[in-house]
Amino acid sequence: MSKRPGRTPMPVADPRERTKNFDQVALGYTEEMALTEASRCLNCKNPQCVTGCPVAVNIPAFISLLKEKKFREAIDKIKETNSLPAVCGRVCPQEHQCEEKCILGRRGEPVAIGRLERFLADWEAENGRSPTKKAPPKGKKVAIVGSGPAGLTCAADLAKLGYDVTIFESLHAPGGVLIYGIPEFRLPKAVVRREVEYVKELGVDIQTNVVVGRSITIDDLFERGFEAVFIGTGAGLPMFMHIPGENLNGVYSANEWLTRINLMKAYKFPEFDTPIKAGKRVAVVGAGNVAMDAVRCALRLGAEKAMILYRRGREEMPARAEEVENAEQEGVEFHFLTNPVRIIGDDKGWVKAVECIRMELGEPDKSGRRRPIPIKGSEFTIDVDTVIMALGTTPNPILSRITPGLKAHDWGGLITDETTGRTTRRAVWAGGDAVTGSATVILAMGAGRTAAQDIHRYLESGSKDW
Amino acid sequence: MYQILKKRILTPQTKLVVVRAPYVAEKAEPGQFVIIRVREEGERIPLTIADYSREEGTITLVFQEVGLTTKLLGLLEEGDAILDLVGPLGIPAQLPEAGVVVAVGGGVGVAPVYPKCKEMTKRGVRVISIIGARSKDLLILEDEMREVSEELHICTDDGSKGFHGFVSEKLKELLTGGLKPDEVIAVGPLPMMRATCEVTKPFGIKTWVSMNPIMVDGTGMCGACRVTVGGETKFCCVDGPMFDGHLVDWAEAIRRANMYRDEERVALERCAGCGGEKHV
Ligand SMILES: Cc1cc2nc3c(=O)[nH]c(=O)nc-3n(C[C@H](O)[C@H](O)[C@H](O)COP(=O)(O)OP(=O)(O)OC[C@H]3O[C@@H](n4cnc5c(N)ncnc54)[C@H](O)[C@@H]3O)c2cc1C
Ligand SMILES: Cc1cc2nc3c(=O)[nH]c(=O)nc-3n(C[C@H](O)[C@H](O)[C@H](O)COP(=O)(O)OP(=O)(O)OC[C@H]3O[C@@H](n4cnc5c(N)ncnc54)[C@H](O)[C@@H]3O)c2cc1C
Ligand code: SF4
Ligand code: FES
Repeated sequence: MSKRPGRTPMPVADPRERTKNFDQVALGYTEEMALTEASRCLNCKNPQCVTGCPVAVNIPAFISLLKEKKFREAIDKIKETNSLPAVCGRVCPQEHQCEEKCILGRRGEPVAIGRLERFLADWEAENGRSPTKKAPPKGKKVAIVGSGPAGLTCAADLAKLGYDVTIFESLHAPGGVLIYGIPEFRLPKAVVRREVEYVKELGVDIQTNVVVGRSITIDDLFERGFEAVFIGTGAGLPMFMHIPGENLNGVYSANEWLTRINLMKAYKFPEFDTPIKAGKRVAVVGAGNVAMDAVRCALRLGAEKAMILYRRGREEMPARAEEVENAEQEGVEFHFLTNPVRIIGDDKGWVKAVECIRMELGEPDKSGRRRPIPIKGSEFTIDVDTVIMALGTTPNPILSRITPGLKAHDWGGLITDETTGRTTRRAVWAGGDAVTGSATVILAMGAGRTAAQDIHRYLESGSKDW
Repeated sequence: MYQILKKRILTPQTKLVVVRAPYVAEKAEPGQFVIIRVREEGERIPLTIADYSREEGTITLVFQEVGLTTKLLGLLEEGDAILDLVGPLGIPAQLPEAGVVVAVGGGVGVAPVYPKCKEMTKRGVRVISIIGARSKDLLILEDEMREVSEELHICTDDGSKGFHGFVSEKLKELLTGGLKPDEVIAVGPLPMMRATCEVTKPFGIKTWVSMNPIMVDGTGMCGACRVTVGGETKFCCVDGPMFDGHLVDWAEAIRRANMYRDEERVALERCAGCGGEKHV
């Protein structure tokens, strides 16, 4: 048998040019590329790819339709289980999900499932979507807290079932991390707005500028006639290292850095009013997706040197392989086994250097990764003018603290029943990062969907079955 | 959109607006604030809820035009609307139920002091107020403050009205003269709050200040509002804004407030209606 052809490469913007702007990096397949790539799929009888997908998209079925150029049927097939394909096709870690399981991956390269998904979603954006079937109104109100992928999905599913759904969002724009966190060059905001528009077209009322717990409480929601509440408030609380110098001018949390850039459009200052202090030598601490986004933003804001400081090694980096590769191509420097111990300021209180210590890897820890151990006496300094802490985020504990009956773990995550999304309080569900801590778009979406089904079951039972 | 129902010009730089914001009015307590945005390209800035009416569903904001966003806000007239307004944010002030409190307000800081005095007076606390400004034309809310204080002292830096000097100096005079308040509440520019804390410290009087760092979301999501209190990092928007002033790292707070000084100037220069060149 002749060797099978490899994956069709994704056309990308030139690494030297693209760091000068915030335009999308991965440009998307043309129809021809999509057909070529789709032709690689074996349409397996027992498709392993599907088992790797957190929402079990019928992958061989949509790829078969794509092969026949039935693009509309193909996208509708995806949307039977995934309501945000334009987003997932761009940001899902497919290499650890469907593509990791694809049979072709055993001998060569897996089918580029994510790229095909994105191709179809973008095709739909251009050609219009099929009319959605909506059940007749049920005359029952459901409240959704937070408009990230979990909240949007839960809202859309319930609206289709005929419920009267209101989303309450604390920021001035809906979308959650999709709008404030993930940068334009990876996920254009126009794509996110399109998804939000769709949810509104389904009849969902989105009320921005409402902080549940402050502007209105969960108890108030029930008093106002909502019969079920879904909490999808994400994991937005940034972590710091608690090392000396962390409050110097020029030290940001990744959340602040990215929010200024994405939500407030600080990269367009002074056309937009929100400023940002983007240095020439920027160090980002951490090596997850958030760190990659932060460091690549730094380059686009004019950094001459943009560095990742990571206490473990290359293999342990939690970021998606594709994003690490993109960052490397753009000229990001990776400093492995390097951990900051102190940030040093100048006489005016601005960051001037970061003191680090070298690490070595010891025995594997709980996460299965080898534990980094500092090497005594190996301290050294790196000159920088901006430091960004991308150490992860945890769920904000405020809502659980003030809401009677709503229980959370010590680290902030809400306690729920996994199969239904039910919290410890009657008629309140939760899902997404608020429950799991920082995870992925697709898991948040899946949780929103699971909860929607259970909310439906509960309300159909006359609010008896809890 | 959040409509402006009433507008009053208090001084050439300070304006008061009454805004329709039912969610906020319903829950607001003294010491809390809102975050507003005035236009699509706009920045999010925090302003204290200076008063509220649950019945009318309105809140009152008093602001000093110090830069682009506050000047743009100042250009809005009755009938216009503020694009975004979210709140109430922050922890309500823990006000005493009885005793004697000195309330110190400097400049636009008188506005945030007012709702606290109003509430304390309602509770039967004896409120002695000291309010000040650079000169008598810049003094705000004098009548309102008189109504909610047992005693009102006025200070001006130039001596054009009342005590000639800073509010902190007036406070020192009162304390030296034997006044023994249970606590002091001070709101105003950072140097004024710091000076007030320096005055009260030797007397061992608990002093609450309302910190005003730069903020973005106002809900604990970004850490822009970090302040060091008693050696610990706090997020002012969710842990504050009121803190024990004797524990605040003032040098750091002042440094952080000036982080974007160059950009603030650039932004202002571009705005025509604000005295710059570009038309908005
Ligand atoms: C920079 C960055 C890059 C990422 N990259 C990827 C990636 O490439 N692939 C991937 O799969 N995942 C990625 N993730 C993770 C992914 O974005 C999240 O897992 C996902 O968005 C979680 O969805 P959610 O709906 O649970 O919460 P969120 O998206 O966090 O949305 C929660 C929403 O609730 C609102 N809210 C919070 N509290 C309240 C309240 N009290 N009242 C009202 N509203 C409230 C928030 O403002 C927010 O809009 C990334 C995350 C970040 C930060
Ligand atoms: C909790 C809190 C309550 C406040 N209450 C009031 C009030 O009732 N009335 C009032 O006049 N002012 C109040 N302020 C201060 C007010 O937010 C700033 O004056 C305003 O943000 C200035 O914006 P600008 O664009 O007009 O000026 P800029 O030119 O941007 O800045 C001028 C000054 O304002 C500070 N500032 C800038 N951006 C922000 C920001 N996003 N958040 C906070 N401060 C910033 C800067 O440190 C600078 O010193 C409060 C601040 C806080 C944190
Ligand atoms: S496992 Fe790979 S080849 Fe088989 S159906 Fe799925 S995508 Fe196609
Ligand atoms: S303003 Fe963002 S955390 Fe306080």
